[in-house]
Amino acid sequence: MNLPSRKQLSPMRDFIVSRGVSGAVSLLLVTFLVFVGTALLPGDTASALLGQNATPEALAALRRDLGLDQPLLLRYLGWFAHAVRGDFGTSLASGRAVSEVLLPRLGNSLLLASVAAVFLLPVAVGGGIAAAIWQDSWFDRLLGFTSMLFLAMPAFLVGYILIYVFAVRMGWFPSMSVAPFFGGAAAWINILALPVISLVIIGQAHTMKLTRTAILAVLATDYVLMAEVKGISRRRIILRHALPNALSAILSISILTVAYLIVDVVVIEMVFSYPGLGKLMVDSVSYRDLTVVQACGLLFALIFIGMNFLADFLALLVNPRQREPARGA
Amino acid sequence: MRRFGFLLSVAAFAALILAALFAPVIAPFLPNEPVHAPYATPGEGGLLGADSLGRDMFSRILFGLRYTLGISLTVSVLASFTGVSLAFLAAFRRGWTDILLGRLVDAIMSVPQIIFALVVLAVAGVSLVTLIMTMAVLESTLFYRVMRPVAADIVAMDYVEVARLRGEGLGWYLRREILPNAAPTLIAEFGIRISYAVLFISGLSFLGVGVQPPAADLGGLVRENALAISVGQLSPLAPAACIALITLSVNGIVDWFIHKYSIRAELG
Repeated sequence: MNLPSRKQLSPMRDFIVSRGVSGAVSLLLVTFLVFVGTALLPGDTASALLGQNATPEALAALRRDLGLDQPLLLRYLGWFAHAVRGDFGTSLASGRAVSEVLLPRLGNSLLLASVAAVFLLPVAVGGGIAAAIWQDSWFDRLLGFTSMLFLAMPAFLVGYILIYVFAVRMGWFPSMSVAPFFGGAAAWINILALPVISLVIIGQAHTMKLTRTAILAVLATDYVLMAEVKGISRRRIILRHALPNALSAILSISILTVAYLIVDVVVIEMVFSYPGLGKLMVDSVSYRDLTVVQACGLLFALIFIGMNFLADFLALLVNPRQREPARGA
Repeated sequence: MRRFGFLLSVAAFAALILAALFAPVIAPFLPNEPVHAPYATPGEGGLLGADSLGRDMFSRILFGLRYTLGISLTVSVLASFTGVSLAFLAAFRRGWTDILLGRLVDAIMSVPQIIFALVVLAVAGVSLVTLIMTMAVLESTLFYRVMRPVAADIVAMDYVEVARLRGEGLGWYLRREILPNAAPTLIAEFGIRISYAVLFISGLSFLGVGVQPPAADLGGLVRENALAISVGQLSPLAPAACIALITLSVNGIVDWFIHKYSIRAELG
């Protein structure tokens, strides 16, 4: 009797299972690639740690201590089993547990990215909708021009221009996030302001373009033509007919924007010396602190894959017709 | 308007290429020699002033341009060759080759490129070779993704079938039948990838895992001079603006090309 309702549910379940599995496979493959890559390349963690002048005996001893003399597959499985439980080993540079180093940095990065998202999404989605409503107007052209400009700029250029104008010339904000992390809301606003503005400027162009395209795609459909023929105003067509149907696209665009924000954070954190996960990862690369780099890489990948999954999932939830969700570009 | 943008882009890009090619002739000073006072302003020394060691900024930018353009072009050529070959291989062979390549490309693409590059370069160590190889592998996945459906369409076409029946080898119809058909899409994607590769290498060098000192590409120059900005110097912005000029001009050319051949706008 309840067969029909189960049948209705199944595309959803199919999607979750198939995308969940493929996401997990991707993640496994990536970790394995990195691991095999580590093993195939000349030099290993031990030689990176001890440097060029290490004696063979010291190297062998350290390899034994680190478990580097075990077979590759065994090492991978061991690392994986620990990583699943949140244990990424010890940092080679500081000797502290990786998770202990990682967590506060992750918190800082997520704070930066989410504050940026709060400002970025309304501006970019609203701008995209407005550009679609007044297509080919001077406003649309202006937005098209600025998007083109910002898409061509390296992220650090935006950051440094802001530093030059607002930190050096005006002196409103510090040019680096070196202030200690206490002092309440005012201190936080001070530290976050410029990195957040940079992220908003960098991220908005892409999101705005995608939103505009999504709305215009809906406007090209037959039922919009029908509404136009009936003589309904363009603004009403967009707000009442096009927007609800573009909602699933806008929702996934928004989530993908957040996913890309988390990546943009890496460069912006370096520009402002903001103590987040991105800066930790880049600093660890220069110390060749491989356990930290691996853990950071895994976390970034996990967040990014998770966000992509969420984007497709929500798109499906909002628009059940969309059985075959579009892949985020 | 688009035509104007196109001509401007071509002029700018040609000027940049020429500047890079003839850098040793144009540059007034050697890029790695201290010839001015440290932090000399544009008036005091050279066209764009000097960095913290007194090296001439203008000369360094000219030589940096060589690295940036050279690496981006090399990466794009390698990546397009690899990606396109693999896409056609998958379309021809189908079966396991197709599935495995597809999964591998999906896996690589599911992780942000800069994160992937950081992990690989941390392990492999930074050198020009590892840098170019890493970038080329990552970029080839995008060529693969764009070309795989195109390849499938072309492989299914009648004339390819005829060629196959005639007993021509794979290399023959790749060269004579397929590439001419796929060319517009491929060229557009190639342009988009160059401009992306410029931003990618600049980003990596800015993070310190790209071109290593004393040599510097444009991103590396921004990194070197980053501290000067806090004391009110504009010198780090010159190489950064130069990067934007490259990507703007390449995008302008690609934009014109896409409209001329009305290629789908969803590329890249």
